[in-house]
Amino acid sequence: MSDVNSVILLVVILLNFFTLGSARLVACIRAVALQGALLALLPVTVHGFSGHSLILALGAFTLKGLFIPWLLLRAIREVRIRREMEPLIGLVPTLFLGVLATVAAFLFADRLPLLLEHQEGLLVPASLATMLTGFLLLMTRRKAITQVVGYLILENGIFVFGVLLSTAMPLVVEAGVLLDLLVAVFVMGIVLNQINREFATINTERLSALKE
Amino acid sequence: MLVALILLPLLPAALSLVLPWYQLRSWLLPATGAAHLGLVLLMAGGAPPTPHSWIGLDALSRLVLLVTSLLFLGCAFYAVDYLAMRRDRGNRVMVPCLLVFLSAMTLAISARHLGLLWVAVETTTLVSAPLIYFNRNRLSIEATWKYLLLCSVGIALAMLGLMFVGYSALGGGAAASLHFDWLLERAPSLSRPWLHAGFVFLLVGFGTKVGLAPLHSWKPDAYGEAPALVGALLSGGLTSVSFLAILRAMQLMSAAGDQLMARQALVGLGLLSLLLAAVFMVRQPDIKRMLAYSSVEHMGILALGVGIGGLATFGALLHLINNALTKGCLFLTAGNIQRAFASKHLSEVRGALSVLPLSGGLFLAGFLAITGAPPFGPFLSEFTILRGLFAADRPFIAAAFLLLLAVIFIGMGATVLAATQGEAGEPPGRFKDRLLLVAPPLVMLLLVLGLGLYLPEPLRQLLEAGAHLLEVRS
Repeated sequence: MSDVNSVILLVVILLNFFTLGSARLVACIRAVALQGALLALLPVTVHGFSGHSLILALGAFTLKGLFIPWLLLRAIREVRIRREMEPLIGLVPTLFLGVLATVAAFLFADRLPLLLEHQEGLLVPASLATMLTGFLLLMTRRKAITQVVGYLILENGIFVFGVLLSTAMPLVVEAGVLLDLLVAVFVMGIVLNQINREFATINTERLSALKE
Repeated sequence: MLVALILLPLLPAALSLVLPWYQLRSWLLPATGAAHLGLVLLMAGGAPPTPHSWIGLDALSRLVLLVTSLLFLGCAFYAVDYLAMRRDRGNRVMVPCLLVFLSAMTLAISARHLGLLWVAVETTTLVSAPLIYFNRNRLSIEATWKYLLLCSVGIALAMLGLMFVGYSALGGGAAASLHFDWLLERAPSLSRPWLHAGFVFLLVGFGTKVGLAPLHSWKPDAYGEAPALVGALLSGGLTSVSFLAILRAMQLMSAAGDQLMARQALVGLGLLSLLLAAVFMVRQPDIKRMLAYSSVEHMGILALGVGIGGLATFGALLHLINNALTKGCLFLTAGNIQRAFASKHLSEVRGALSVLPLSGGLFLAGFLAITGAPPFGPFLSEFTILRGLFAADRPFIAAAFLLLLAVIFIGMGATVLAATQGEAGEPPGRFKDRLLLVAPPLVMLLLVLGLGLYLPEPLRQLLEAGAHLLEVRS
């Protein structure tokens, strides 16, 4: 099964680069959907078939792969935004930063005091690289919706790390975590809509009236 | 019993969605708050949690639960008259959100599983976002967006932190678990590097929700734009709940014998919070933003007290009660002043004492209380922390603490006096003090005054038991 894991995780990392380099919002959201759907397979491919891993995979697949992207796509259809026009840092430099972050993640994961059974494999470096990508998106993009995408990628990275200790996380808690994520995106979608109605844009740089 | 307490607010929350009567829906809030407080008082005794329990109450959670419940009841009574004035905004969102908020806070306080704690704290973020957006204007949407995004990202980091803690327990042979009492028992055998990393991420994650500097940037916006009673609940209740989560991480570190690192981190963040609050409170022209920075300051004091340990821990826990109740009083009265002047900016708020004698007076008294003037409670708790600082032989930190408190007193005093004294220029609006808008802050202030004069024996025992939990186990 470790080959399957590696393939999934490599695709996940490639999708990170794709979201960093793409200016089309719909494509970004689709990439995150694909990433979420692929990650949802990990509990099964890593831990094998069991009630716990199957339910977790199914839940994560439905929410991360289908429902949340659908919510986001609906949100951007309502606000009629297609492209991330003016990121704070250009797309190519962010892509470059993303590559650097990924390399750093791999180097760093090598030095972590991991348990013997986790030292091989891409799980930890891929998780770190995905989290860093999420942070990059959160920091460099101005559209509120891209920030939500960044938040989702950050959550995806954390989910990958969570696969390492799925025995410690009871199903109730996993369900709670996924549900919270769903509600968070739902609430963010509503706020997004209100921002658009109020400011006629979803650029967060307009949200700057409150300061000292 | 505890399960009933957690689920109690959900029933009226569901009821409020279908009830067609506006006033009755508002009255659900104090009714639930009173029942909640009654149950909390009934559960004063009780067994300590066992290694595999999901929920349970120890001394620390009893303390925070009592404070939160009291504060909610006060805010709930205030809400009845407040919502009666704001019929244009409606209460169909406010009432259920407040009730679910209470339920989520109760769950977070009583959670004995770190995963459950996380879920509950994240739920509090999500249900409080619509509360901050109550006024539905440009400013409140900006505040809501910042609050939602920053706190969600912060909480995501806390998730990573608790996964690191879980990872530190792997490899010991037995299946790892995130049950808090199980972790406490096995703390000495946890893998150190992972536990330390976990602590740092938990501190950053929950620290964002507490609003410790430099993670506080959402706080002035959210508290400034939210309705007063939401500001009171956030600054007194939610911050205390999130601080409890940090205390849990701290307990874990003490049990593992690595208390020193945890303490240094808390002292550092605490002093930084005090410093930043002092900088931004001087010449602050907005009374609600000033209160938000005051909240940053007092969270800093809590972190400092717990970080020093010994007597200061006791002082910090006492300060948690004092801060919550005083902040409640200040926010609620600031809300009344804002309503009377249709502004919270010093350029328009003048002479609040002559326009609203009760609210203005309470606001002024609350200011004296929160800045540590005797005979109010915060004086006692801050003084205890100061004694703790000297007892722990940290004179430089004590000097910095005193200096920053003095700067904050002067800065806050300038704003508060400008708002309350003097002649009201414009003919004020039709707003007058109403019973339910003034009684809750008055009661909170009287409680704080009482705590400054006399500390009841059961409460003292509870505080000591709580402080004991945070000390080194040997």
